Amino acid sequence: MTDAPLRGAAGDTSAAPTRRQAYEARLKRRSNMIAAGSTIAVVLAVVVLVPLAPGWEAVQRSFFNGEVFAATFPGLLNAFMLDVAIFLWCAPAIAILGLLIALCRDVRAPALFPLRMFGALYTDIFRGLPVILVIYLVGFGVPGLGLPRPWNSPYIWGSLALILVYAAYVAEVIRSGIDSIHQSQRSAAASLGLSEADTMRFVVLPQAIRNVAPANMNLFIALQKDVALLSFIGPVEIFRQAGVYKSLMANFTPYVGAALIFLAITIPATRYADYLLHKQRRRQR
Amino acid sequence: MRGKLELTNVWKSFGDHQVCRGVDLSVGAGQMVCLIGASGSGKSTLLRCMNLLEPIDEGTIHLDGQDISEPGLDAQPIRTRIGIVFQSYNLFPHMTAAQNVMLAPRRVRGKTPAELAAPVQALFARFGLADRMDHYPDQLSGGQQQRVAIIRALAMSPEIMLFDEITSALDPELVGEVLDVLRQLRHEGMTMVLATHEMSFARELADTVCFLDGGRIIEQGPPEAIFAAPREARTRAFLERVL
Repeated sequence: MTDAPLRGAAGDTSAAPTRRQAYEARLKRRSNMIAAGSTIAVVLAVVVLVPLAPGWEAVQRSFFNGEVFAATFPGLLNAFMLDVAIFLWCAPAIAILGLLIALCRDVRAPALFPLRMFGALYTDIFRGLPVILVIYLVGFGVPGLGLPRPWNSPYIWGSLALILVYAAYVAEVIRSGIDSIHQSQRSAAASLGLSEADTMRFVVLPQAIRNVAPANMNLFIALQKDVALLSFIGPVEIFRQAGVYKSLMANFTPYVGAALIFLAITIPATRYADYLLHKQRRRQR
Repeated sequence: MRGKLELTNVWKSFGDHQVCRGVDLSVGAGQMVCLIGASGSGKSTLLRCMNLLEPIDEGTIHLDGQDISEPGLDAQPIRTRIGIVFQSYNLFPHMTAAQNVMLAPRRVRGKTPAELAAPVQALFARFGLADRMDHYPDQLSGGQQQRVAIIRALAMSPEIMLFDEITSALDPELVGEVLDVLRQLRHEGMTMVLATHEMSFARELADTVCFLDGGRIIEQGPPEAIFAAPREARTRAFLERVL
């Protein structure tokens, strides 16, 4: 906004470049050439050296087999839809539960102390356990109670395991966002006669959640990947499907296909989260 | 005669640091009282105690004869009667100017946006900001933000307004527009307490000027007396430094 050129001539592209502009252009050309040169060198080394390895042909056959790839890719894509579906029903539940846990940890009324303790205990426990362990415990443990169909479905309990774990992380992120709002905002709200609950709802939370949006984005990207862990308790999602193809065709290429599908989702999402973070840093200056 | 706001022997400390050490102050209805003194003399803390943002350790504060410093008293309804404006504006950055102003009347007084539209519009117009209602705080100049903060406090129709060095964070050329707002309120008969470094303003408009030093009111009186003939050596020394 404020970085308009100070001198008219410097911003005018049609005018002859100033000494400084010429110098900077020279510097930029030089660093571009160095970057391009080193990139080409690395790519050449990989392309030339890797195939020289003694096992390369075997690896190429079992991991990068074009025919297998073409045959299994549509099936993998189809199985990936299940990953997306699990993600889609887990994500809102995680957002809501995470928010509630974060609020639990912020209550100040002494009568609600048990709630605060529960919030602390919850985040400690679920952040302290490997995700796969929670999935096993909840995903096998609860149906083990002998529940009738459809309540013994690994989809339900596996999803619940993901929700429990990720809500703990989201809660911590939101809580750090709440802590980041300056006390003066609460003072201003209190001085207007707003109650603590209204102050949280209208003043603190909207700012806190906006501040931590990029951090939460990253968590949800991690969630999309961790959905694959549910394959260990039954659901035939993409990782499991790739395993099935691997056994059928005695070839690892389906795993590479699955990896590519994940990357197609996670790389753009990660870039977008970084962009949000960058934008926010600039806004806060 | 008892004042509208009456502070008696008010003590306040943060940990070991005693910020207010036995302050007595009486603010009459419709009066303007200016607190002057060096930074750290306790002016801001005193204001924050007056609308119960900080609980006091000892002494009493009476509003219209009611002891509002009683421990355990529900501070919320009192705060709606005493507005405060801060040095750093403290606007809510995620709301437009109009939303900032309407939040408390809606949530505390239960007014609907439709009911509020006309009076809020009038408030903005009165302080020359009619065309800035839908701007976000970061789209406004410091002076405009501070005026919105004043409007936000006024929207609760407080009986007393407290101003905590509200021009200290402003560029010099923006101070005037904010002081004009205070002048306007003064003429409308608002009861006001200001912590301020604007000596000529205090001299021009205050009914009473109090000089604070080390958490006490060392000297108080009408501005002519304080500025022209201070009795205390410390007041004289301070005024020599700032005038």
